[in-house]
Amino acid sequence: MISIRNVSKSFGRFQALRDVSLDIGAGEFFSLLGASGSGKTTLLRLIAGFEGVSAGTIAIDGHEMQDVPPHLRPINMVFQNYAIFPHLNVRDNIAYGLPRLGIPRAEQHRRVDEMLELIALPGYGDRRANQLSGGQQQRVALARALILKPRVLLLDEPLGALDKQLREQMQLELRGLQRRLGITFILVTHDQEEALTLSDRVAVMANGEVIQVDTPAGLYDQPRNRKVAAFVGTMNFFDATIRGEGASLRAEIAGLGPQPLATSRRAGERVLIAVRPESLTLSTTRPDSPQPAVAGRIEARQYLGGRQILHVAVAGRAEPVAVATLALRGEDPWQGSEGRPVWLSWGPGALSVLDPD
Amino acid sequence: MARYAGFHRPNRPLALYAAVFAVVLYLPILLIPVFSFNSGVFVRFPLEGFTFGWYADLFQREPLIRAFWNSVKVACFVSLLSTLIAVPAALAIARYRMPGKAPAVAFMMLPLVLPGLILGVALLTLLNRMGVTLSLVTVALGHMVICLPYAISVLLPRFIGFNRALEEASADLGEPPLRTFWRVTLPCNYPAILACLLMTFTLSFDEFFMAFFLSGAEPTLPMYIWSQLRFPRDFPSLLALSSLILLFSFALIFASLRLARIGDPAQPESGR
Repeated sequence: MISIRNVSKSFGRFQALRDVSLDIGAGEFFSLLGASGSGKTTLLRLIAGFEGVSAGTIAIDGHEMQDVPPHLRPINMVFQNYAIFPHLNVRDNIAYGLPRLGIPRAEQHRRVDEMLELIALPGYGDRRANQLSGGQQQRVALARALILKPRVLLLDEPLGALDKQLREQMQLELRGLQRRLGITFILVTHDQEEALTLSDRVAVMANGEVIQVDTPAGLYDQPRNRKVAAFVGTMNFFDATIRGEGASLRAEIAGLGPQPLATSRRAGERVLIAVRPESLTLSTTRPDSPQPAVAGRIEARQYLGGRQILHVAVAGRAEPVAVATLALRGEDPWQGSEGRPVWLSWGPGALSVLDPD
Repeated sequence: MARYAGFHRPNRPLALYAAVFAVVLYLPILLIPVFSFNSGVFVRFPLEGFTFGWYADLFQREPLIRAFWNSVKVACFVSLLSTLIAVPAALAIARYRMPGKAPAVAFMMLPLVLPGLILGVALLTLLNRMGVTLSLVTVALGHMVICLPYAISVLLPRFIGFNRALEEASADLGEPPLRTFWRVTLPCNYPAILACLLMTFTLSFDEFFMAFFLSGAEPTLPMYIWSQLRFPRDFPSLLALSSLILLFSFALIFASLRLARIGDPAQPESGR
């Protein structure tokens, strides 16, 4: 559907994108996730045609887009601050692109009504843009783009300006809308939770490069390196060295001791071991399972409502290890547990092996 | 908090200074309307009596009416044309990165500070060499030189502050550049453009130097006033005329300043 090949973009001496290649399928909900300055918005603007590529090609449905101006691309966009036309009312904003398509007036009117229904703002047609709340403006921007039935919808941080509650509600609506319409959505966001919730696949970007493209679960469970792992959720990192071979292959991990490991790495390789806080188990006595266990002491407790992060100090390691547990009402054994000695244990699949930095 | 509110406390010395400033600036100008209602011919205190006579007299003067319409014609032409030229110029300056832009823009603004006398002499010399007969057209030409930089300086800040995403949204929704200009850029910036029209109209209408050097047989209103200064008995009528021009110019400039602020995100209107 959209094929991005070796795309680079420079603004003067600043290189905003470096050799980016991506394939985005029809009907996919695809996210570009990255901090500000990672190049995600630049990539979106290249796809929309507001900027030209410095090198590489962008093709939509097999047609290369270098020489196609934005108004001729089969793409519509929801802008970061919505860019609702301030001199037009809601109806004229939504109908903005219709006259160009040669659609008769009555039909235009009917379609706008349909859209107002879809975005749950019926009867708002005569309002002016500045009479709308942020969430309503966001819906109008969405309707204005969707009414043209684009093959691809680009969304530039569409929920960034909304408060948390509204944002979560709009996330569900966006996802439902995309499912129903079957349009390809490309979302730019710096909010990892948003990217994981909404997307079929996510491209993590940093410093103008795509670091990893994967499904949300893939990113979470198999992050390629420390950057991705740290960007998507919380992660414990351990420096380690691979020892032994075959069945005795193991990782020597500072603070945790030797750990048997199934990996294609060879003896002597330095690696980074990553463990999610929720993959670790805490107990007050040494677990009598064959699983490895390490003694430690609870240093701090971070209550998050419903769940909590316990920071456990372990001998031989400067930073405490983060462990996530549920904090159910009335049955939370870790309340007031700071300073208590504990045992830390984990299952066989808990450790991910990453490249060292 | 209270300690840092100093900037918003009333400041007596500053208020007094502002008052003195305004008085010094406007007292001489205020004398003009005052004497225009004086029944005596000579400008001196005490005032003799109150009369509308000088104003009524204006409408009896055929050459004055003609000069007035000349000025209106020139000002309409100049304001329309200079705004028409300045809009794309200001847009280009606001939009595009080009080498040597800053000095180029500074150079374009130069006529703002060039003495009118020098500019007038230069233009007269040029037109003479080219063998052009002086007329209202040459006056308009001179006014264009003065009005264009003004027009750009009125439009430029507004265009720089204009949210480009609106134009991108229009392009994204399928409108080519010219249609985008017509449907988005123009309607979103009409207050600034209207302000530009009013400002350049006023400038041209009141302008003296260019008209002095470049007008032929047909005088503009300021030229007419200049020519009548020789006749002391006509002086009160000129004061009446000047008062009307003052009122008219103030109204236009005030309107244009107000307009330039409408919808400007940098200067929100009160109550919003």
